[in-house]
Amino acid sequence: MARPQNKLVRWIDHRLPVFTFLEHELNEYPTPKNLNYWWNFGSLAGIVLIIMIVTGIFLAMQYTPHVDYAFNSVERIMRDVNYGWLMRYIHMNGASFFFIITYIHIFRGLYYGSYKAPRELLWILGVVILLLMMATAFMGYVLPWGQMSFWGATVITNLFSAFPGIGNDIVTWLWGGFAVGNPTLNRFFSLHYLLPFVIVAVVGLHLVALHQHGSNNPLGIDRKGPQDSIPFHPYYTYKDMFGLSVFLVVFALIVFFWPNALSDPQNYIPANPMQTPPEIVPEWYFLPFYAILRSIPSKLFGVCAMFGSILVLFIVPWLDTSKVRSAYFRPIYKWVFWLLVIDAFVLGWVGAHRPEGWFVVIGRIGTLYYYAHFLILMPFIGWFERPLPLPPSISEAVLKKRGPVPHAGAAE
Amino acid sequence: MVDSQSQTLGAHGGDPSTRRDFLVIASSALAGIGAACAVWPLIVSMNPARDTLAAGAPIDIDISSVQPGQQIVVLWRSRPIFIVHRTSDELKKLQDSADLSLLRDANSDVLQQPDYAKNWHRSVKPELLVLVGICTHLGCIPNFVPAPGGGLGPAWPGGYFCPCHGSRYDLAGRVFTGVPAPFNLPVPPHRFVSDTVVRIGENPPDSNFDFGSIEQI
Repeated sequence: MARPQNKLVRWIDHRLPVFTFLEHELNEYPTPKNLNYWWNFGSLAGIVLIIMIVTGIFLAMQYTPHVDYAFNSVERIMRDVNYGWLMRYIHMNGASFFFIITYIHIFRGLYYGSYKAPRELLWILGVVILLLMMATAFMGYVLPWGQMSFWGATVITNLFSAFPGIGNDIVTWLWGGFAVGNPTLNRFFSLHYLLPFVIVAVVGLHLVALHQHGSNNPLGIDRKGPQDSIPFHPYYTYKDMFGLSVFLVVFALIVFFWPNALSDPQNYIPANPMQTPPEIVPEWYFLPFYAILRSIPSKLFGVCAMFGSILVLFIVPWLDTSKVRSAYFRPIYKWVFWLLVIDAFVLGWVGAHRPEGWFVVIGRIGTLYYYAHFLILMPFIGWFERPLPLPPSISEAVLKKRGPVPHAGAAE
Repeated sequence: MVDSQSQTLGAHGGDPSTRRDFLVIASSALAGIGAACAVWPLIVSMNPARDTLAAGAPIDIDISSVQPGQQIVVLWRSRPIFIVHRTSDELKKLQDSADLSLLRDANSDVLQQPDYAKNWHRSVKPELLVLVGICTHLGCIPNFVPAPGGGLGPAWPGGYFCPCHGSRYDLAGRVFTGVPAPFNLPVPPHRFVSDTVVRIGENPPDSNFDFGSIEQI
């Protein structure tokens, strides 16, 4: 790298090489030149994580983690604390957008085969982040101590009682009492504050793994030389910033005009341990998993199927037997992928309804398809499918498509 | 690093495992046990505290005003306790063989009640039922729907309906088949101090049933 010009910078860098590090990981960091907008969502998720941590720290300054005061302290934040409503609405809707962004990021990885060698650990760290996000979001939802907070906490902690033998002891240990109560609220607050920083640490590892081999790309072929790459900065920093500004427009629309569109009105009723609400539904981002839980008429197997639906993601790099990364060149898998996307939406829709009549049937078909996708279709399609011929290099494919070369012709 | 060292040392003495290997293994094992011991108090601190446990002492409930067909709900150990005064018709229905065939555990074989409530009415006195009102599926509070038929279909014999995931129980808290709840509603320890007062949380003098031993709350 070029030596820093400024003397002070050189003095610091000699002792603490942060400038060299940034130069190496941003300016020199070679990135495929053909990334599309689906590659925006990783950095976007990182930015939303920071937004969540910052608003969360300020909300914690006003919040009281006690069953008698929690609900009122949240209402005080909404009514009396300066800009408390803004911080809370950003934090509350930020959680939803964090999941939207992360789900898109995951589906992007599934479509373009970003989990394949040598990026298996990068993918696995991502699944760990997803699990941590889910735990954090669940515990955060308990803190306002509304009806859905209390009953959501009751239902989810009771999942662990399904384990034979030690289930009851685990649940009592989770509660710290005979039921969900003050000890539960206190520990959830403590962990809700802790886990985001654990997420930051795992995101750090995720980035270390990413920068080892660099980003995958829409063609799913390796970079073969400098002609296939451009430096991350300024090209992708600016592309990410453009994506961020589009995101912020949408986010601001929700925060300022429909702040409660994604939440359940039941949670504006203080928690009542003697009265179960007419229907307990989790936040929207858990609905597909909730549908899987409810579609199996056995408690233990329902719980196993629900946890399994996330754990199966860990072995995706080995379930997909195709050597071709990008679904762009996979005529069959391409369609199967979209069926999975539809399946996720269907399961989410089923999860929002009482398990009666057709919803049970559709939920069971959806659950079956979800598992069939990963455990049957992924390995078998990889064996039998005949992929399209891969382009010789990123650079050639890009130039052929929209290059300035006059005789390249309109291939598409 | 340890490996290369032990090889060098081993080359000297002729023995591949050395005194240093032994020290490394012994001291790391001890450090591991020490770490586990240090973590133990942290984990156990999350179990119910002494005052929480003390608040779970038995309570006395006056049931003189509970009419036949009526249910009252009291709180014991932060859990809703259902106390039902069943009518003679309802008691007759509990022994109806057509209804019994629809139950998952009609004879209360699973340990969800004290020995003295392992009978067809699942209680000490036939008419007076005492239950922990928590669905064994995922912990919601089931609704008391004693009237047969109605919104729950013509086959509904009367009992409890959980609004969360549709689990159904009869008027002895026995779970029906084809619903997600795996077990009957638990019966807590209880005894009659007098004809009109029931003590919840204490066994009759001749029983030493341990509530912690039940399958699932």
